Amino acid sequence: MKQIRDFKIVENRRIHRSYTLLRLTPTDGNPLPEIKPGQFVQVAVEGSRTTFLRRPISINLVDTEANEIWLLVRNAGDGTARLMELASGDVINLVLPLGTGFTIPENKHARVLLVGGGVGVAPLLEFGRVLKSNGVAPAFLLGARSEGDLLELDLFANIGDVYLSTDDGSVGDPGVVTLNRCLHQQWDNIFCCGPAPMMKAVAAKAREIGADCEVSLENMMACGIGACLCCVEKTVKGNVCVCTEGPVFNIKDLTW
Amino acid sequence: MVNLSVKIGDILLKNPVLTASGTFGYGEEFSDFIDIDRLGGYIVKGTTLEPRQGNDYPRMVETPSGMLNAVGLQNKGVEHFISEIYPRIRKYKAEPIVNVSGAKIDDYTAVCRRLNESTDIRCIEVNISCPNVKQGGMAFGTTCEGAASVTRAVRKSFDGTVIVKLSPNVTDISEIAKAVESEGADAVSLINTMMGMAIDVEKMRPYLSTITGGLSGPAVRPVAVRMVWQVAKAVKIPVVGLGGIMNGRDAMEFILAGATAIEIGTANFIDPAVTVKVVDYIEDFCQRHGITDITELIGAVNR
Repeated sequence: MKQIRDFKIVENRRIHRSYTLLRLTPTDGNPLPEIKPGQFVQVAVEGSRTTFLRRPISINLVDTEANEIWLLVRNAGDGTARLMELASGDVINLVLPLGTGFTIPENKHARVLLVGGGVGVAPLLEFGRVLKSNGVAPAFLLGARSEGDLLELDLFANIGDVYLSTDDGSVGDPGVVTLNRCLHQQWDNIFCCGPAPMMKAVAAKAREIGADCEVSLENMMACGIGACLCCVEKTVKGNVCVCTEGPVFNIKDLTW
Repeated sequence: MVNLSVKIGDILLKNPVLTASGTFGYGEEFSDFIDIDRLGGYIVKGTTLEPRQGNDYPRMVETPSGMLNAVGLQNKGVEHFISEIYPRIRKYKAEPIVNVSGAKIDDYTAVCRRLNESTDIRCIEVNISCPNVKQGGMAFGTTCEGAASVTRAVRKSFDGTVIVKLSPNVTDISEIAKAVESEGADAVSLINTMMGMAIDVEKMRPYLSTITGGLSGPAVRPVAVRMVWQVAKAVKIPVVGLGGIMNGRDAMEFILAGATAIEIGTANFIDPAVTVKVVDYIEDFCQRHGITDITELIGAVNR
């Protein structure tokens, strides 16, 4: 069941000049709702100069023991800039959990690769954690401009093998993620979240090597609950809302 | 106790709070957040004769204190509404109002007849003001003759209460309101979105796939309040006010300007529970001001 709920900032950790990690806990102290990996929240932003809609942000990690969720926020405009400035103890209002999630492969021996770029790595950490606890061993392929732009590397490395690609070649393979040598191996399932051109390239690669592939889309949203029909993606079934039918789609259902 | 009930045509709403078409889905999208039955009514997504895919993405861009949308009446058509959606939403006690759209007059009347034949829907809102499709009604809504001709045809094909939703993209909205009143509309609702445009200067392209879109949100509210005030003085039928209502205070502005009922639109996107908060606010407002019946406040700014 979806909720509108206040959350307190436990910590605002500035992990990069353009990214911050918000750790949040419900102010009422009650347990978090059930959250599937790949789902997102809609965050209300107070005091933004030019925005007034909520900001959709994917869930980076669910820590049921600490009763916390983590949001990885990229400074993308006035709304997210306000979120970057929050201090411990500040309260923000969330609508959650929203959207569908990634599909956990039934075959525990499946060779699973999670591909992320930029802030798109966020939901892959939680998905990787859940896969591992389900007995599936995921590997990660993470891409960024440069070594200093790779996020949460230590956390990913705790879950599975990590392959890296950087545009400038400062670490890992040089160039875009689809040039990474790990894609010469056979993979059964590829999951991808990142900028649209990257996801399209990864989808093409997945088709080429015959892997099943799901991608998480970031279309502009207003309501987040399937009411406004603004965030639609063209699919084989026609225009559907990314906020309710997605954000995760199997590439078989997209017109890419 | 405050009597919050208001009458629109033959319908007695238990309170004046409705939801604006296209912002509240079919009500059920909001059932996790609010008790739908606490609303006076809810106006469902614009319904057309045939299914419509709507416009291409991007359909939305945020603007100062508002948003532009160009959804383009995406819906699965009246037959889908009757067979799939209506049976699911019948359980709600709030009054269901179907927003009816069309490209030509025969489309409007065909939808009306199907609702008449196959549902117990007692009230429709006729959209003659959608700015986002080439023949989405705004062509009808911007001339007195066009507005009158749709109203006349719909009046003959639907037995229940007919609200006609007016466009603000006109020179004199009161003249349009009088034209639909004279053809038998039971009420008018206003305003639909205002036509607008926004440009991504770095890309040197419009943000919306359709170039222009409809502006909603608090940015349009003063215009909407002014138009409600003008129309309420010009016609005898009830006026339903909407345009940028974000909270109970804003809703009272419309009622004091002359609205018998109000619709909440864009605010649903920011707070999915805003509608019931507005109901509570209006009741509390009346108590604070020693009002026992909300109808005492309709158009009170003129007294």
